[in-house]
Amino acid sequence: MEKIIEVRDIVTSFGSTIIHDKVNLTVEKNNIYGILGESGSGKTLLMKEMIMLLKPTAGEVWVLGHKLSDIRYQDAQSLRHQWGILFQFGALFTSLTVAENIELQLKEYTSISKKMRDIIVKTKISMVGLPSRAGGLYPSALSGGMIKRAALARALAIDPKLLFLDEPTSGLDPIGARNFDALIVELRELLGITVVMITHDLESIYSIVDRFSVLADKHVVAEGSLENVLQSNHPFVERFFKNNYSEKIKMRVDGNV
Amino acid sequence: MRIIHYFTGFLDIISLMNTPYLRIEEHLDQINIYSMGEWTLYNEPDIHKILQKISPDKPITWDFSEMENFDTSGILLFMIYYEKFKACCKVRVVGYSKEQERMYHLLLKNRVKELVPVQTEGHLYHIGKFVVSGYEEFLKFLDFTGYLFVAFLRYFTHPANIRYKEIIYHIERSGLNALLIISLTSFLVGMVISYQSAVELARFGADIFIVDLAGVSITRELAPLITAIVVAGRSGSAYTAQIGAMKITEEISAMRTMGFDPYYFLVLPRMLALMIAMPLLIFFADILGIMGSMFAASLELNISYTQFLDRLQEVLSVKHFWIGIIKGPFFAILIAMIGCFRGLQVTDDTESIGYQTTASVVNSIFFVIFCDAFFSIILTEWGI
Repeated sequence: MEKIIEVRDIVTSFGSTIIHDKVNLTVEKNNIYGILGESGSGKTLLMKEMIMLLKPTAGEVWVLGHKLSDIRYQDAQSLRHQWGILFQFGALFTSLTVAENIELQLKEYTSISKKMRDIIVKTKISMVGLPSRAGGLYPSALSGGMIKRAALARALAIDPKLLFLDEPTSGLDPIGARNFDALIVELRELLGITVVMITHDLESIYSIVDRFSVLADKHVVAEGSLENVLQSNHPFVERFFKNNYSEKIKMRVDGNV
Repeated sequence: MRIIHYFTGFLDIISLMNTPYLRIEEHLDQINIYSMGEWTLYNEPDIHKILQKISPDKPITWDFSEMENFDTSGILLFMIYYEKFKACCKVRVVGYSKEQERMYHLLLKNRVKELVPVQTEGHLYHIGKFVVSGYEEFLKFLDFTGYLFVAFLRYFTHPANIRYKEIIYHIERSGLNALLIISLTSFLVGMVISYQSAVELARFGADIFIVDLAGVSITRELAPLITAIVVAGRSGSAYTAQIGAMKITEEISAMRTMGFDPYYFLVLPRMLALMIAMPLLIFFADILGIMGSMFAASLELNISYTQFLDRLQEVLSVKHFWIGIIKGPFFAILIAMIGCFRGLQVTDDTESIGYQTTASVVNSIFFVIFCDAFFSIILTEWGI
């Protein structure tokens, strides 16, 4: 399997606070990879280190074959054209409408005609489950769930090979969340993309995530498929997966499959 | 297979177009379109250009078997031309993979046909909008002033509401920390005033009158104005940005729901702090301004510091000093009110912080100068 992302011995610390202490993980091509962990375990920080928003204190990150610590500017830019990122709170540009937000990268990086761009944008808006009138609205007029969808449409605008999602289903209604999952699976199968997602959503973990890692106590305490992770007896894994609620959801998901 | 096809098909080919993404063979009775290579976002404009040139008049066979890679834009492009060609001719699509078919159906499901008309606005619309929004802003400012006045009055009946800690904090931030920049500006302005007048005064042999001129102009007009302008640029803008950012992050909404009135917690402490700090800053600016002009006078006109100070005590009546100081709280009220009001006007987008901060500085400098002119007229009328 081709390795898309490799995180090797990452250490992250702020002053005397250590967030990650030698974190390792590997994301393989065409996988949906989940990152799970307690609040404050540094999931978002780890993602920020993968997308070059934050330099780790020590250790190395490889993304699509590039070593991020000494990447050249041109390589970094080309890397940025190959991935799409959904931020936890959307991070839409507030001075642009939803359609303009989605169109931005198409407009700047390709020479696609305005008419074709409009068609692409409208299709993406519909794909993520937004009504077509949402395209003309500014982010301040959107609800939390709509912001999430619009941000996903923006992340998908340039058909990235690699998709980073920071809590994609939080703030969505359960039905919307499942449609979200279905869309991600569909895109993974049709376009061969690789997805890295931070999630707490048990249904997503049981139904769509192929492999995942559990961050706790500054380390990855378990990595692999669901069965592999469930074998771990780390307190967080026990608490998260081995309870009535979690098992009920697992039964329901398994029943559907 | 391919060779045979070429061999048999070669005879009846009328025209052939070969490009990296498309090969188009026109036969006597049909057109064969072969999609090849990468049908992705970055190649879309090239593919689009070639497809535009085709105007079919015969049945089409569109072959996908040589397509290496695709994404949504490639399939969308196919969809558009498939629909277009279908309108005139029979189109048969062959050689597509399962993924390509599924992508086609996914996109077809989400294809939005209707276009929302874009409204364009004329000049009259913009003028009208400008006037109406100006009027609305004025009404909001009246509303703000009313609230603030009531909140201020309630300070006297409910002294427990006074936020001493915040007031002291803002005196430090807006007053104490501004000392350096204010001393520098007023020293320079005092120096320039003397330096420029020195030449003219020397021509009349009226050297010593430099003291009268500088003393009165600095204490009465220049020091208060310079202080107010620096404070407006420094603290007025900061008030707008702070309160504006709090508005965007919904901190102000949170405060309101918890029963913390933003007028008591945000606006009044800033206003009172500035009202206390401003006269002190003006006093400080007076001293530095006179020092600046003393310095220039001694350089240019050889008036010694002792001479200058003796003369200053003779000619500068204390009323000029007091008039300058009295202006302080008035300017402070204007700057703090405009700064806080503009901050509260910030809407949900980041651009409005920039707009309101600019408006805050421009408005407060204008109103400070306006207020100063008002003082001048009234005081002259009264003969002070």
